[in-house]
This record gives sequence, structure tokens and C-alpha cells, in this order.
Amino acid sequence: MRPVGITVNGSRREVDVEPRELLVYVLRERLGLTGTNVGCDTTTCGACTVLVDGRSVKSCTVLAVQADGREVTTIEGISSNGDLHPLQQAFHEQHALQCGYCTPGMIMAALGLIQEGGRLSEEEVRSGLEGNMCRCTGYHNIVKAIGAGARAMAGGGTTQQAAE
Amino acid sequence: MSATGIGAAVRRREDLRFITGRGHYTDDFSRPGQGHAHFIRSAHAHAKIVKVDASAAEGRPGVHVLTGADLAADKIGNLICGWMIHSKDGSPMKMAPHPALAKDKVCHVGDPVAVVIADSLAEARDAAEQVNVEYEVLPAVADPAQAKRTGAPQIHEVAPNNTIYEWHLGDKQKTDAAFASAKHVASLDLTNNRLVPNAIEPRAAIAEYDAGTDSFTLWNTTQNPHVARLVIAAFVGMAPEHKLRVIAPDVGGGFGSKIFIYPEEVVALWASRRVGRPVKWVAQRTEAFISDAHGRDHVTHAEMAFDENGKILGLRANTIANLGAYMSTVSSSVPTYLYATLLSGQYDVPTIYCEVDAVYTNTVPVDAYRGAGRPEATFVVERLVEIGARAMGIDPAELRRRNFIKSFPHQTPVIMTYDAGDYHASLKKALEAADYKNFAKRKRESARDGKLRGIGLSAYIEACGIAPSQAVGSLGCGVGLWESAEVRVNPTGSVEILTGTHSHGQGHETTFAQLVSERLGIPIDTISIVHGDTDKVQFGMGTYGSRSGAVGMSAVVKALDKVEAKAKKVAAHLLEAAEGDIEFKDGKFTVSGTDKSAAWGEVALNAYIAHRFAGQELEPGLKEGAFYDPTNFTFPAGCHVCEVEVDPSTGKTDIVGWTAVDDFGVVVNPMIVEGQVHGGIAQGVGQALLEHTVYNSDGQLVSGSFMDYTMPKADDFPPFQVDMTVTKCPSNPLGIKGCGEAGAIAAPAAVINAITHAIGSEDLAMPATPQAVWAALQKVNAKAAA
Repeated sequence: MRPVGITVNGSRREVDVEPRELLVYVLRERLGLTGTNVGCDTTTCGACTVLVDGRSVKSCTVLAVQADGREVTTIEGISSNGDLHPLQQAFHEQHALQCGYCTPGMIMAALGLIQEGGRLSEEEVRSGLEGNMCRCTGYHNIVKAIGAGARAMAGGGTTQQAAE
Repeated sequence: MSATGIGAAVRRREDLRFITGRGHYTDDFSRPGQGHAHFIRSAHAHAKIVKVDASAAEGRPGVHVLTGADLAADKIGNLICGWMIHSKDGSPMKMAPHPALAKDKVCHVGDPVAVVIADSLAEARDAAEQVNVEYEVLPAVADPAQAKRTGAPQIHEVAPNNTIYEWHLGDKQKTDAAFASAKHVASLDLTNNRLVPNAIEPRAAIAEYDAGTDSFTLWNTTQNPHVARLVIAAFVGMAPEHKLRVIAPDVGGGFGSKIFIYPEEVVALWASRRVGRPVKWVAQRTEAFISDAHGRDHVTHAEMAFDENGKILGLRANTIANLGAYMSTVSSSVPTYLYATLLSGQYDVPTIYCEVDAVYTNTVPVDAYRGAGRPEATFVVERLVEIGARAMGIDPAELRRRNFIKSFPHQTPVIMTYDAGDYHASLKKALEAADYKNFAKRKRESARDGKLRGIGLSAYIEACGIAPSQAVGSLGCGVGLWESAEVRVNPTGSVEILTGTHSHGQGHETTFAQLVSERLGIPIDTISIVHGDTDKVQFGMGTYGSRSGAVGMSAVVKALDKVEAKAKKVAAHLLEAAEGDIEFKDGKFTVSGTDKSAAWGEVALNAYIAHRFAGQELEPGLKEGAFYDPTNFTFPAGCHVCEVEVDPSTGKTDIVGWTAVDDFGVVVNPMIVEGQVHGGIAQGVGQALLEHTVYNSDGQLVSGSFMDYTMPKADDFPPFQVDMTVTKCPSNPLGIKGCGEAGAIAAPAAVINAITHAIGSEDLAMPATPQAVWAALQKVNAKAAA
């Protein structure tokens, strides 16, 4: 067992982990943050996407020990003072989720994408999501939501304004 | 239409927990003291089990290993298929025994042989490596046509030549005569490719036994908790129904794959009692590939006969349906009554004859998957129509128009009576929206870029709103397919709707509340929808077959009718008027012709205070239940148009346009309905272009993970253009047809029609991967050069 210290959603958490433990399971089972989901075992589906030091990563393919000393942001950490993040609001307004299982990973991947490069074309959003699978929505509304969310984040307006 | 009533695009109330990571999926729960289960599964497609030696594993602290022999010794019953199909000769289908853990032999790669329970999943998996299973490997057969042949490995004693049934529907003589008189016959050989449903949430179960009350609780990723409870109680015999609670919490997608009762939840229940601790199991994705029921897998030869004007004279088809190693819960119905009964399509076809042989193979069991039989039927009909049109030199849209059913009700030659529709309207709207008439110009522009452009139609129809109980009962279904609802009005006026349907992405917490809000004239925030727990909802049949609106909401309407009737009685006492003089509108009860009124909340409270009721005729309380049994299937129909560009040097297909015009009858929430269409289209495109379940001749699943099985991603699609026409469904109170499966039903034919159009060849199988399209193009070029 190794002690690791990870700052998760702004709070420092200290856990003893086995070297083989994956970050996603430490988040879910040791820290009780079950918002991040597991959908596959080949790093393909992206349901487990979180931000590590601001960059989107698949937490099923990161060992907990690799996250030692780093800042991890999960879906539970992006709203502030009870207000939804513009991306969360946009997903809601654009009906960009159905069963919701891929949604936390999708939102975190979108956040990573936006933080890398600001406003994105539809084509760039679609190819930027190649690491995230959704079986329910056909991606149509997810792409709309990310566009609206990105515009709201850049412009500081509401997502409804950004969607128009 | 109010902002929150029927027809409004109300944003979903269930979203909050999902977008903030507060959803409660089965894996998010843990029970105190739980053990983690890992299944040991066969790596052979067909083998006898000689010995299971768990002695080394069992020696490890906290580890239990349970085998098929243990299960049989405890007299746990087998899993079942609940839909009886008879062969042409009248004999019943050959249902082989299906124990939850294999005892004497294994019949597919992934067949569970034993379960290891330990304090953690890692320990269970470590211990599993020490369990030694000795097999005597047998020859295997994965291909359905080969499975029927003499000399093929026999999988189950009960089924000679691996044949489950040989079924037919329609009039052979009349159809053969029609073909004999035909001016033109279009013919097609196809495989409707096997699919792995792959809901993003893997299946999971947590089973807990309470020794103090001798009762079980099961948390399970099921689309139908009551059906699971019924099967596990009545057939598997784990516990009587009243001692088994099944909870389906948030479920992350189903698409049919979570309807069935699987070995894993049965074993988890049994193990929880055996080892005396709760047992939790969550599928790994590669495990899901070899344990979730697969979909489709039909091999079909079909023909359509036309006269000199392109009028369809008849259709005939024979299909071999691969049902896999065991008959899954409703598997027998998919290639029979959910398939052959739709072979008339939207057309006035005088005669049809269809033969279906279902076989066992050493592959994962096959059962219903989004569309369940109707995508297979639509593909046959819509490909034949397009092939016929091209061969006869008639525009495919025009050929369809010449054959559309124009008057309703319309009795097809294959059991179904279509109730209402306007196929001309959806075709016209779709062609306009897709700018069909200017396709030639776009084709020339693509050619200048070195691309081949094609356009394909799919005028689909389906039978859903599953289902009228008497009808399906007469066709062999073991259960009724009605639905239940209970409306509970609380003293302070808020309302709870208990529904036997189950939302796993369809937004029932919003749409059902819209219906109630409009009907009772109360704010949508005062309504909550309860589903998914057999302790709360008395009974229900679940969600699949596009039934929750048509059947589930109809049950709610019936219960609301009863609530309104009783509330008026209460209001009559309150307002000291005759019951017949009470009117109810927009949440208010008034005495007609006066200004005396009482608000909903006042009436609700008085129902429970009951001070004003004289005598014993009126009981206190305001709570009513209803069961609704549909009188017919519903018949959503529409037209999808797919436009593609094919790169001839790589065979890659880009979908450059998608137009869908669907008739779903009355639509409660257009935003949610469009979402269902989007998702269905994506799955249909997945089947047509990307998804390929490959077994080698030894029965090994070669495409066993997301690295080999290509799932649709965002960059596989353009934005979808979705519109609707409306002909109300005449058979239910709201006029709803349902929409959940339509996209998956329509899409594959549209895609393949478009690509075959682009490349000038009908010889193309699904999935139309770049390699397949490129190879087809080489053949076209070789023929042209010759």
C-alpha cells in the first residue's frame, strides 16, 4: 500500500492505495465520488473522463499513484456555490443526455476540449469527442450543447443566449 | 398548449442528478458486508465440463466458490423463454435447459461455469485464477446455416439439427401464384448482421438475503423489475414473489438488452443466501460482449414480385434466425411475430409468404434489440423496393407512391391491421426537406471532387405499443402486455404517479408529469413519477417495444379519469351541490351556472379530512389505480432519407445529410421524441456502417471489445434533420403511437440504399465498411471494363 495525496475538487484527500488501483476506482469507492462512471475496460468509451491538472484524461487508465500530488476535477466539482456550470446548464437546455451514464465523462471531456482552445467549430467538436461514446443521443444535441456552453463560457452570457 | 402540458418541449426534471454526478446507478450502491462476485466463464464455444476444482481458491481467506453442481443440488430452476412458437408441423419449439451456471457442458464462449465471491473484486479475480476447470472440448458451430446441416455438431439433445422451430406465416400457394404471374422479380440475399447492444452502463446486480425475514432484495439494471421478480419467483424458484423485492434504480440505457432475466442476477441471489452476505456483480465490458444478449443475426433470401407498372404483387422470404446457444427470455418472438408481420411495409401487398427457421449455434444467446424484428423486416422490404425500382427504371419515390396503402384500417396479409397513417404525407415532406429533386446537381458537384454521391430512402412502418394481451397470448406469449398506473393524491394536493413502466433514458419523470399537469391543471412541480421498485409499484410490464407512451400513459389516463370522478364527488360535498353539476377545468371545481368553486388543493385536503362526507357512500382518500390493455398494436411510420458521399479510393462513406419525417401520432414532448429519433438513427447507422460481431469457425468471438467492435462516435454523423407528420392513433385515449425504436428500424435500409446508389451495385453487405465498399467498387469497375 502507498499513501497518496490528491487534491480532488479543491480538497486535499489522502488515501492508502495499492499500486495497481486505478484512479477511477479510488474516486468512486474510496472517496465516494460516484459521479464518474466506468463503461469499458479498453480505454475506449470515455465515461470515466476527469481533469487532471486541467487536462482531460480517462481515469480508468491512470493509476491512483500517478495522480499523487496532482489536482483532479470530477463532475462533482464543476458547479460553484450551487450554480450549475454553463456546460451543465447547456446539456440540460439542449437535451444532451438521456440515460445520463456517459454524461459526466462527456461534460468533463468537453470542458477539457474548450479549455484547450476556446470556441470550436461543429467539426472540431465532433472529432474532439472521438474518445467519448454515447449510445442514447446520437450526439446531435451533445454537439449543440457543447457549442452553446463554449459560447457562454467565452462570452460570459447565459447558455440560452449562446444557443440563439 | 400550456408551457408544461402535452406537446411542450419541457426540459427534463431528471437531468439535475445526471449532470451533477448524483445519479444512482446500480454500481453506485453498496451494501454493508457485501462480497464481490466474479464469474468464471468458458473460453471454449462447446465443451463438456469434466471437473471443477476450486480447492486452492477456497483456501484463500474470505473466498467462496460456487459451481453449477452446487446450483443443481440446491434445486434452483432454469432460465426460460416465455414465448411459445410452434413449427409448421404443429410441434412446439425445442427449448433446451438453461441453468444459470453450466453443470455438464458449456455451449458458448462466456457461458458461466462458476462464481467466486470475495471481499474485493481484485481478490475474487485473483482467486478465480486458481480455480481449475477441466473441459473436454467438442466441435463447435457458429454459423446458422451450417448449424442446420447434417453432420453439424449437435448442441442440445432436445433439438436435432440444432433446429428450434421451422415456422411460417402467410399463404404460400397464393404467393407462388403471384410470382408466377409477375412481370419483374427483385431478389435479395442478405445477412442482417449480429449486433452487440452495448448500453454504456454495463449490467450489474446486488443481491441481499435477510435471514431474519427469509426474503431477498435485488438491485438490478433491469428494464422491467416486476417481470424479473415474476420469472425469478415462478420459474427459477428462488423465493415467492412476496419475499423478493426488485429495485431498478437509475439504469444507464437498455435498448432491450436489459429486459431479459440473465444468469448473473439469479446466481447473485442464490449466492447471497448461500454465503450469508450481500453479493455485488458488475459486468466488465469484455464480459458484456460474451454475456449480454446480442441482436439481429438473420440470413435471408427474399423476393418481391411486380407487375408491368411496378405494382407489388407479392413478397416471399425465407430466413434462418440464429438464436445462439440458449433461448433467451423473448428470443423466439423476434424473428417471427415481430418480423414477418411487418413484411407488408407501407404497401398494399396482396400476398406474402415467410418461412423462418430458428437455430442454436455456439454463440451468445440472441434476443430483442432496439427494433427487434422490425429493422430486419424494413431492411428486406425497403431494399427490395429500391432494387426493383432501379431495375425497372422507375424513380424509387414514385414506385413507393404507386404502392402506398391509401385507406384505413388496412388488413395486411400478415396478421396486422394498420389503423391510421398517411404515407404520402411523410414521403412528400421528407423529399422536400432533403431537397431530393436537386440530387443530380449535388451528384455532379461531388463527382467533380472525385466522390460518388448517393441517396437512399427508407419508408418504414413498425408495430409497437407492445401489446394487446389477447393478441400476443394467441400468438404464444406467456404474459399479458398491458400496463398499470396508480395516481395518489396527497392531502396537500401534490400527486404521485406510480407506473409499471421504467425510464432508462426516455424522460418519463418529465413526460408523464406533463400529462398529469395538463389533465389536473396543477403545476408540474407538484407531481412526481415513481417507478422501478416492486415494493412501491404493485405490478408492471416495464419499458421496451415503444410502449411507455402508448400503453403506460394510457393507464395513467384511465386512473386520472377515476380520480377526476371521485374528486368531483368530494367537491360536490364541499360545495353542497349535486355531483352532476360539478365541472372540473384547469385545476378548479365549479358548480355549473354559478361562481361557487373549490381549488384542487382544497378538494384534495377534504378528501382526506372527510368531515363533510355524509353517510358511508363516499370513502375518504383520493387514490385510484388502473390497468390498460391495448386493443391493437400502434403503427408509427415515416420516411428517412440518407445522402452519402463515397470516396472511391478508400471506400469510406460520409453521411452528408439525414432527413427523418416520422408519424408518431400525438407527441407529448417533441424534444424528447426527437432525441429518441436521433439515438435510433445512430444505432441504425452503426449497424449499416460500423458494427460487426465476428465469430470465427471455432466459435471464438473475435470482435470481443470496443477495440474491435466499432461503436458510432460523434464524427460519424452530420446533424440530423427531424420533422413529423401526425395521424392520431385511434386505439388509445391520447392518440400516441410511440417513437423509441423508429430510428433504428428505418436507418439501415436508408444507408445501404444510399451507398448502393452511389456505387452502382446492389451487392453490398452490412456493415458497409470502407473495405466492403471498396471491394464492391472493384467488382463494379471490373464488370465495366469487361
